[in-house]
Amino acid sequence: MELKMFILVLGLLVGSLMPLGGASGSPGSGTGQDECKKNNGDEKNGNKTTKKSFPVLTLDYKKVRLPFEISLWVLLASLMKLGFHLMPRLSSIVPESCLLILVGLLVGGLIKLVGEAPPVLKSEIFFFYLLPPIILDAGYFLPIRQFTENLGTILMFAVVGTLWNAFFVGGLLYGVCQLEGTNLASVNLLSCLLFGSVISAVDPVAVLAVFEEIHINELLHILVFGESLLNDAVTVVLYHLFEEFTNAGTITVTDGFLGIVCFLVGLCGRSVRGASESTACILAAFTSRFTSHTRVIEPLFVFVYSYMAYLSAEVFHLSGIMALIACGAVMRPYVEANISHKSHTTIKYFLKMLSRAQVSDTLIFIFLGVSTVAGPHEWNWIFVVATLVFCLVARVLGVIGLTFVINKFRIVKLTSKDQFIIAYGGLRGAIAFSLVYLLNPDHFPKRNMFLTAIITVIFFTVFVQGMTIRPLVDLLAVKKKQETKRSINEEIHTQFLDHLLTGIEDICGHYGHHHWKDKLNRFNKKYVKKCLIAGERSKEPQLIAFYHKMEMKQAIELVESGGGSKLPSAMPSTVSMQNIQPKKPLQDRALPQLSKAREEEIRKILRTNLQRTRQRLRSYNRHTLIADPFEDGLDEILIKRKKMKELEKKISQMNNYLTVPAPPADSPSVARARLASDPQAWGLKSVTEIPTIKVELVSPQNPESVKVVDEFSKKGSQPKGSEEEGGLTMRVPSSEKQRKDKTPDEEPQPRFMRCLSDPGPAAEEEDEDEPFLP
Amino acid sequence: MGASQSGPVHMFQDLAYKTGFSIEQIKNLHNRFIYLTQAEDTLRREHLENVSDLALNPIRRQIIEAFFDKRNMGEKEKGCLQEIGFEEFVTVLSFFRPPKPHTVDEEMKNIKKEKLRFLFNMHDTDNDGIITLDEYRRVVEELLSSYEIMGAETAKAITDAAMLEVASVTVGQMGPDEFYEGITFEQFMQILKDVEIETKMNIHFWNLDTRTVQCGK
Repeated sequence: MELKMFILVLGLLVGSLMPLGGASGSPGSGTGQDECKKNNGDEKNGNKTTKKSFPVLTLDYKKVRLPFEISLWVLLASLMKLGFHLMPRLSSIVPESCLLILVGLLVGGLIKLVGEAPPVLKSEIFFFYLLPPIILDAGYFLPIRQFTENLGTILMFAVVGTLWNAFFVGGLLYGVCQLEGTNLASVNLLSCLLFGSVISAVDPVAVLAVFEEIHINELLHILVFGESLLNDAVTVVLYHLFEEFTNAGTITVTDGFLGIVCFLVGLCGRSVRGASESTACILAAFTSRFTSHTRVIEPLFVFVYSYMAYLSAEVFHLSGIMALIACGAVMRPYVEANISHKSHTTIKYFLKMLSRAQVSDTLIFIFLGVSTVAGPHEWNWIFVVATLVFCLVARVLGVIGLTFVINKFRIVKLTSKDQFIIAYGGLRGAIAFSLVYLLNPDHFPKRNMFLTAIITVIFFTVFVQGMTIRPLVDLLAVKKKQETKRSINEEIHTQFLDHLLTGIEDICGHYGHHHWKDKLNRFNKKYVKKCLIAGERSKEPQLIAFYHKMEMKQAIELVESGGGSKLPSAMPSTVSMQNIQPKKPLQDRALPQLSKAREEEIRKILRTNLQRTRQRLRSYNRHTLIADPFEDGLDEILIKRKKMKELEKKISQMNNYLTVPAPPADSPSVARARLASDPQAWGLKSVTEIPTIKVELVSPQNPESVKVVDEFSKKGSQPKGSEEEGGLTMRVPSSEKQRKDKTPDEEPQPRFMRCLSDPGPAAEEEDEDEPFLP
Repeated sequence: MGASQSGPVHMFQDLAYKTGFSIEQIKNLHNRFIYLTQAEDTLRREHLENVSDLALNPIRRQIIEAFFDKRNMGEKEKGCLQEIGFEEFVTVLSFFRPPKPHTVDEEMKNIKKEKLRFLFNMHDTDNDGIITLDEYRRVVEELLSSYEIMGAETAKAITDAAMLEVASVTVGQMGPDEFYEGITFEQFMQILKDVEIETKMNIHFWNLDTRTVQCGK
């Protein structure tokens, strides 16, 4: 049903696109089209056609035409994307990029049928508008740690691999062209080399699109992806080099030599580019330091600065892509420390929207399809097939050869399975296409042929390799990405390991990888962070930052899940804080008084801490539910907490014989959880030896776990979970029977730590906990 | 190789065999050892503390202790030594040797276990085979000690959270009465199984003279 509606809407769009195009062109064909349309589009078109008699309208439409068409394209792209997800079976077999190209082909074909010239992917549009968001997205969210760990490998693949590919393909193609039987003799070496260099570049867009869906392990992902990002530098330099040579007409040895020098300079022109991008980064980070009052424009800074870095790199014909990546990656830790949570979300979603989810990616592929239909083609079997074959062969050989060398230096060797995936994942994409499109036909008479060849290669890699890579990954049982979240233990130990390894390196006396990393970190901490990060956050160590992030995440998760149901990430365990704390000797009732004073004190300290660190400091405890994780809710929470404190005082002062229903909303558990750390405050109130009434006093510090400590009956082996929901209830199990009645009620409830802050679930819970008064 | 030289060479070969280093690496380490001890026979804590770079390391205490920990020497004893010889020095360092290529899975698991054992011993300072809450807290505090701001509460909170997590993952259900003593070695292995210790906990021991060659990755 949905599908049908969807197709209808689609038809409407396409239908309206064409007559409008036709309207500005030839009025006649426009009206002619109306009758052909069999859908509701008629009305719309009809309106247009009737109004067409007013000459004014055509002009008006022309004015709006460009943005209108652009919006239509975008809409079309988005609808396409939606459509694919409506057909899950299809999307699991065929990667999105393929489908999009197909759609592009279709649309292009339709447009051509109309007789209208289909829009071609102009290189400007591509390079200046469509590509940057994708690259910025990639750079901003680049997993830095893995990237730097594998940087050597990635660079090898990117630089040496691309060079090898370029020359291999170019050279062999030239050889083929010289063969008899092909009428390709006019293709000179330079053109071939240029073509080779363009086509050998692995395309980040295509790689992203395909690899995202197959979820392979991070190492491979970062290798292929990193390579695709970095090889742009090489490609650009080679491209311009060969282009210059071709323009110059003849080459001499000195020219060749100069070329090599230029190449090296181009590669090392990173420093110039580095200047531009690091300026942008620093500016961005610095600016974000002061944005605490104007939160709304923070994302803008990120985008604009990055974009300018990209453009300024392009000015010097240096790789804008690398500038953008470096800018995004370097800027991120500083900016993130400064901007608010909301801004962070905004940036994330805006980038994702611009790049992958909606616009750029989709548009690129559709355009590719359209351009295929549109573009002037010159089909030469031998050339195209030769190109294809050589590309594949070059890639495989390159990967194998490079891996052989690289494995000598790596601790984690790349297995042959890895190599296969790396070789297979070398997809070509739109960048290559655009670069060829940019070629000047005068200097490259065979440009159309190149275009055809490139399109063929792109199609082949995207379709064949893209579609088959997923089953191959499954077949070869390549390690998939681990979905587990980073636990705090792992984080602690990762940091610990870092320091440990640095220490051992120091003892051994050689300055290795860790030593330099450590030095960099220290430099970072001492100088850079102070400048670029506002206020207190600059001093926050990574572990604490991680901890806060986890808490926030937990809190938000809990809010979203309503607090009452099982946490998505909860481990089905009933371990609570009290299990961990060392058992206290039996305490008499005097102790609570003591601990309360301490409680007060600690609470005060913590509250001040809390305010200082802008609510980021929350004790990590799954019991804790922060009602409003955003900064605004702070005051509310404090007030609530005060109220709860009063209540709590009353509770603990009361004799243990009364039952109090669980207090709603934000319980003192927040404060308590903090107190959890303080052994003193942990009154694990023991069971007092009362012969008749079995008392268990829920330790106020751990409201969620109502502990039915039953000294007189071993039926205390009730599963703990059943009591969890009690919350702040002090029950007097007046009789066994009554308790037994209770337990079945509580059994079905999720058994784990309950988080009380959401008045909803707490309210429910309140209903259940009838007073126990015997 | 004259008789006078065969002594140390023989020892080196033994060590190489025992620890898996190459002869070259052992020679370099020996040079380093002599440098650290300033030509004395045994290494003491003060020698290690003199390493200037180590001063900035937040966990230097524990690193130094690890060298003197008997448990790392392969003996079944517990306790600390006051001074160690070259053999012990190399033994401790062998924990950081990267696994040879083409190591079979079984062997990898053993290596991983050994490395984790080393880490465990570093945390378990009272030698009782369990990392208690206090010990863990100390670890976290040390990690954070290089930063100026740090409420003691933060470290506690983090430690508690970590312990909670370990307990939840490994033990699962616990009755209200039960007390979770601490992290045992098996649990330690379990929670860190995803960290890929066998590949991460390594440093490059180059075959060339380490003082003149700076190894970069």
